[in-house]
Amino acid sequence: MDWQGWLVGIVGRALAFGTPLLWATLGEVYAERSGVVNLGVEGMMILGAFSAFAVAQTAGHPGVGVLVGAVVGGAAALLHAVMTVTLRANQYVSGLALTLFGLGLAGLVGRGWEGTPLRQALPPVTIPGLSEIPLLGPMLFQGQTVLTYVGLFLAVVLWLLLWKTRWGVVVRSVGESPATADALGINVFRVRYLAVVFGGTLAGIAGAYLSVAYRPAWTEGMTAGMGWIVIALAIFAGWDPLRTVGGALFFGALYHLSFRLQGLVAPELLKLMPYASAILVLALVGLRSVRRRGAPSALGLPYTRGER
Amino acid sequence: MKRFGPFVFERRLAPSRTTVIGVSVAAVALALLVSALIFWGYGVNPWKAYVAIAQETLGSRHGLMEIIRRAIPLILCGVGLALAFRARFWNIGAEGQVLAGAVAASGIALFSGILAPWLLPAMFGGGFLAGALWGAVPALLRVRFAVNEVISTLMMNYIMIYIVEWLIHGPWKGATMRGFAYSDFFPDAAKLALIPGTRVHWPTLVVGVAAAVVVAALLARTRLGYEIRVVGQSTDAARYAGISFFKVMVWTMLLSGGLAALAGVGEVAGIHYRLRSPTHISLGYGYTSIIVAWLARGSPLAVILTALLFGLIFAAGDTVRVVLQMPFQIVSVLNGLILFFLIGSELLMQWRVRIAAKGERWTGRAGSSGS
Repeated sequence: MDWQGWLVGIVGRALAFGTPLLWATLGEVYAERSGVVNLGVEGMMILGAFSAFAVAQTAGHPGVGVLVGAVVGGAAALLHAVMTVTLRANQYVSGLALTLFGLGLAGLVGRGWEGTPLRQALPPVTIPGLSEIPLLGPMLFQGQTVLTYVGLFLAVVLWLLLWKTRWGVVVRSVGESPATADALGINVFRVRYLAVVFGGTLAGIAGAYLSVAYRPAWTEGMTAGMGWIVIALAIFAGWDPLRTVGGALFFGALYHLSFRLQGLVAPELLKLMPYASAILVLALVGLRSVRRRGAPSALGLPYTRGER
Repeated sequence: MKRFGPFVFERRLAPSRTTVIGVSVAAVALALLVSALIFWGYGVNPWKAYVAIAQETLGSRHGLMEIIRRAIPLILCGVGLALAFRARFWNIGAEGQVLAGAVAASGIALFSGILAPWLLPAMFGGGFLAGALWGAVPALLRVRFAVNEVISTLMMNYIMIYIVEWLIHGPWKGATMRGFAYSDFFPDAAKLALIPGTRVHWPTLVVGVAAAVVVAALLARTRLGYEIRVVGQSTDAARYAGISFFKVMVWTMLLSGGLAALAGVGEVAGIHYRLRSPTHISLGYGYTSIIVAWLARGSPLAVILTALLFGLIFAAGDTVRVVLQMPFQIVSVLNGLILFFLIGSELLMQWRVRIAAKGERWTGRAGSSGS
C-alpha cells in the first residue's frame, strides 16, 4: 500500500500548489472566452495576495482577507476592462501595464510588512463523507483548505455555465463574433466588462490563497511568475474550465516535483522547469492541429459598433 | 461624427505628428499627477518629492549623467523592440535577451583567455550572438509551432533568470567572493571606459545610438526593412506579395534579441564587472523598454528620446530611495501608470474635436474606419 500513500502525497501537494493556478486560470478562461486577453494576471494576483494578507492580519480573520483580495483583484481587472473595452487599447500592452503597476504597488505598500508571518492562516479542512472514498478521497478531499475544494467545485459549475446555459452561449458568442452578438441584441461591452472583472476576482482569490493559506506570510513578489503560467494554462486547457483542472494539477505537480528533486539537481534549474514545460506543452499543442486550437475568434480584438 | 454639447468629434485617419506628441505629453503629465496621489498616500508631500527629483536628476551634472547611464540599456532594448513591433512581433522577452548577453559576455571575459584589444569586441560579438539566438527561438516557435510569442518570450525571461541564478550559485561562483553569489571580477581588459567622474560607459552609448541609426536605415531603405513593414501592416498583403514569414520573423528576432543583449554586455562590462543576480543586472530594463518603444511609435530614432525620458524615471527612483526613503518600486508604479495613460489616450488621437456650427446635428456615418 506504500505506492498509495506516495500517490496521495503527490496529488495532495500538486493540488495545493495547483489551487492558485486553478482559480486564476478559470478567471482568465472566462475573460478570454469573451474576447479579452488579460496579461495582468500576475499583477492582479499580487495585489490580491497583499491586500488579503494585510486585511487578514489586521482583522485577525483569514476569510475576510480572501474576500478583500477578491474585490481588489476585481477592481484591478476593471482598470483593464476600461482600457481595453471602452478605450479599445491594445490588450497585451494594457495587461503588461497592469502587471508592472500591480507588482510595483504591492512592493511599495507592502514594504513595512515584508517577511511577516500571518497570525491566523486559513485552516486545512477534511470533507466528511467524500474523504472516505478509497484512494480518491484522501487524494482530493483531505488536508486542503476550503479554497481548494471550492475551486474544484467552481470548475464544474463554470464548465456547466459555459457549455450548457444561455449565459455561456452569450459569453462565447461575444468572444467569437461580437458584431453578430451585437446584432442579436447582446450588450457586448457589458458582457466583456463582466467577464474581465470576474476573471480579476478569481485572480485576486488565487493571490489571497498564496498569502493566507499556502504560505501564510507576505513576501514581495510571492506570486513568482505564476501569473504568466496561468496565461499559458488557459491556452493549454483549450479555454475549457474542466480541462483547466487537469492543467493546474499538472503544473502543480511540476512545481512539487521541483521541490522533491532538490539535492539531485540544482534548485535554480528545477525552478525553470515549469516555464520550460509551458513552452514545450504549447509547442506540442501547436503541432497537434491547425493553428490556435479552439481559440475564440475575436480574442484580442477590440470591438467598435458599426465597424466590421 | 458624434456631438457632445457644443463639441463635435470627427474621426480622422492618421493623427498628425503634433497631435501624437501633444497627447503623449499630456498623458505622461496626467500619469505624474496620479502618482502624486501615491506619494501623498505614502506620507510624502508630492510637490516636494517632484522638486527633489528635478533637483537631483536634471539639476546637476551628476544627475544628468545618471539619466544617460540608465538610458543606455533602454536605447539598445528599445531599438530592438521597435524593430520587432514594426513586424508586429510581440517581443516581451527583452529582459531575458539582456541577461543572455550578460551571460555570454561574462563567460568570454572570465574564461576565453582572449587578450586585451580583442576581448571587449569579442564580448560584444558573443553577447549579440547569444541574444540573437535566444530571441530567434520564440520566432521559430511562432512560425513552426504556432506558439504565441507573448507567452514564449515571457517564459524565456524566467528561464534565463534561473540560468543566471544557477551560474552564480554554481559553476561560475567566484572563488574570491567569499561564498557570495557573484562570479569573479572581470580582468581589466574586459572593463569598458567611463566618462571620467561618472558611471556612463560611453562605448555602449555609442553602440546604442549607432544601432538606432542603422535600424532606422534598415527599415527605411532595405528590402528586409520593407518586408518587415509589410508583414507588420498587413499579413494578407505580405502573403500576396510572396514575402516569407519565416525569413522576416527570424531575421527580426535575431536583430531584436541581439540588440537587447548588447545592453546586457554594457551593464556587466561597464557597471558591475562581474555576473551577479539578474535583478541587479537588469532593473526591469527589458520590460520598461516596451514602453520606450511604444512611446516612440516604433521609430528607432525616437527611441533615443523616449529612452532618455525613462532614464530620468529610473534616476528619479534612485532619488526617491535615497532622499525620500521610499522603495525603488515607485519606478514600476510610475512606469505602469504612464503606460496606462499612453494607451488610454490612443483613442483620443483618432478623433478631431471642434466647436459645432450652428444647427449642426448628427449627420450619419462616421468617417471611414481607422482600424
